[in-house]
Amino acid sequence: MIRILKYSFFDLMRSRWTLVYCAFYALLTLALFTLNADISKVIITLMNVILTLVPLIALIFGVIFYYNSREFIELLLSQPIRRSEIFIGQYLGVALSLSLSLLIGVGVPFLFYGIFMSEEIFNYLTLLLVGVILSMIFAGIGFLIALKFQNKIKGFGLAIFIWLFLAVIYDGILLLLLAIFSDYPLEKLAISVSMFNPIDLSRILILLKLDVSALMGYTGAVFQKFLGSTMGMTIAIGVLFIWVLIPLLSIRQLSLKKDF
Amino acid sequence: MYLRIIAFFYFLTSAFYLSGREIIVCPSCAFTTLQGALDDADNGDIISVQKGIYYEFGIVISKSVTIRGVDGSIIDGGDQGEIITVVANNVTIEGLTIQNVGTSYVEDRAGIRVRKSRDFKIINNHLFNTFFGIYLEHSRDGEVSGNIVVGNAKEEMSSGNAIHAWYCKNILISANTVSRHRDGIYFEFVDNSLVKENVSRQNLRYGLHFMFSNNDDYFNNRFSNNGAGVAVMFSKKINMWENTFEYNWGKSSYGLLLKEIYDAEILNNVFQENTMGIFVESSTRINYKHNDFKQNGWAIKISGGCLDNNISENNFISNTFDLSVKHNSNDNLFDGNYWSAYTGYDLDKNGIGDIPYRPVKLFNYIVDKTPESMILMRSLFVDLINFSEKVSPIFTPKNVMDNRPVMTKYRKKTL
Repeated sequence: MIRILKYSFFDLMRSRWTLVYCAFYALLTLALFTLNADISKVIITLMNVILTLVPLIALIFGVIFYYNSREFIELLLSQPIRRSEIFIGQYLGVALSLSLSLLIGVGVPFLFYGIFMSEEIFNYLTLLLVGVILSMIFAGIGFLIALKFQNKIKGFGLAIFIWLFLAVIYDGILLLLLAIFSDYPLEKLAISVSMFNPIDLSRILILLKLDVSALMGYTGAVFQKFLGSTMGMTIAIGVLFIWVLIPLLSIRQLSLKKDF
Repeated sequence: MYLRIIAFFYFLTSAFYLSGREIIVCPSCAFTTLQGALDDADNGDIISVQKGIYYEFGIVISKSVTIRGVDGSIIDGGDQGEIITVVANNVTIEGLTIQNVGTSYVEDRAGIRVRKSRDFKIINNHLFNTFFGIYLEHSRDGEVSGNIVVGNAKEEMSSGNAIHAWYCKNILISANTVSRHRDGIYFEFVDNSLVKENVSRQNLRYGLHFMFSNNDDYFNNRFSNNGAGVAVMFSKKINMWENTFEYNWGKSSYGLLLKEIYDAEILNNVFQENTMGIFVESSTRINYKHNDFKQNGWAIKISGGCLDNNISENNFISNTFDLSVKHNSNDNLFDGNYWSAYTGYDLDKNGIGDIPYRPVKLFNYIVDKTPESMILMRSLFVDLINFSEKVSPIFTPKNVMDNRPVMTKYRKKTL
């Protein structure tokens, strides 16, 4: 598995798209710094970008990568290698290369602008952590979609729909629910529904850092308990890790059953 | 002539008396209690309390004396009741440590009470675990400075205020540190008084509380981690300058709460990381200028009945919400503020944004209606609806806006 991981990882790191992806983040971060030297504002803007773009790009990347390396995978399948090793190795290759591009792209400019001297270091680390976790989750979902659908159009369509759903529609539905049933206590619902969406979960993780003074203004006891303590943070990170495992295990499951 | 000579001698003797004897109180002296020394003292005497713990309570000062303590002169009430009551004019209490008054649900016991007196000075004392710390009633022309008052308040109903003034005039309260009481400093019917350079923190209710008090000023104070920083209620002509309000977190926590206030000046203050920077209710003719609002949940929340408030030349930096208003009509002026959330442009390069800034977002409105939706803050969906609302306002008030938002933040001005 390590060998396959290595192969797909280095293959991807050499590819033009990974470089473009990495350069995009580096340019964006640099541009933000030249427009505004205030580190906390840069972090907030980057947060918006990461929460929106990372899932989209990771999804598309996962799908493309699988479709492109289909023949190679079929070649590997004819060799005496375990199936789970092939697919998980390939997936980890994509996920790691995406994460690395993000880390380099966002990380290096911050080093230049003195993140280690700043009080914002923890917000920044949260941002990077969230970026990496989102890359892992959505690359996995992309890979899974491609594995499931032979038809590329179907695969891409579904990937884009899933992104749209989780990034925009999901919050819209949640807001609608909260508005319709506003006569009832809905704090538990609001929190638990957010758990099912990794993008929401990452956003809440960042909120806990940036907007805690506003969040504390809400009266509900469950919110107070969840948001006002380290418990909220621990649970959010915990659930995010479960979210990383879900696509990984599904890939394994599906790859074992799939008829090529 | 005789009369003159008599008057002269009278003056001499009284001057002698005013400069006073010095009476020493210590555990091994002629006077072992403060009360004993007081019984023997005359007007103008100085009572020196040496190091030691004196278990006394119910001390009444009815003569114009100066009481001085040194480090470690402790008067302990043993939770029995009020410790010192001042009923004479010209009394100075300096450098004492006063502790353990004991909680009472029946009477307002205090560490030091000043009743119907003038020209008192309460300086550099330490008060620990006193139910009410320093209680001034019907008194005037006095000074309370440099005291440290620490309580152990657990809940509002069973705790007192650190410095409590009731029906007073011309009082100076400066450089005190008050903490862990119900209110840090409480003013009721107190006029023409000045509160400056105090630190008030970790009080259950308010750091500083004005009720029915007019023509008062407070400058250069710091209010942190209180239930709410400062509450000004039913008062007129209060000047609030150069104070810092910070870390007041909670469901009804404000940096500054204004209720039924007229003609106040709020200048050069810093509001940092409060759940609500300022909450205004039924308040009229108030100037907010050169204040910094940083990283608050809501910088300003304006409830009903507020007219002619002038909010200009302030910095609004990284607040979750800049403004929340109850009504759609705007009777207050926003002008020339710096808003870090402003996304407009300045093509003519005059430092003023070319399009107005609307501080009330649609999401403000939604959170007011359904507080649970707070969890969707900063979501892409919320950004989208905020944007579409900004393009054509329907729910948010159309005319609550700053027509001249400045592009760069104001640097700190000193008065």
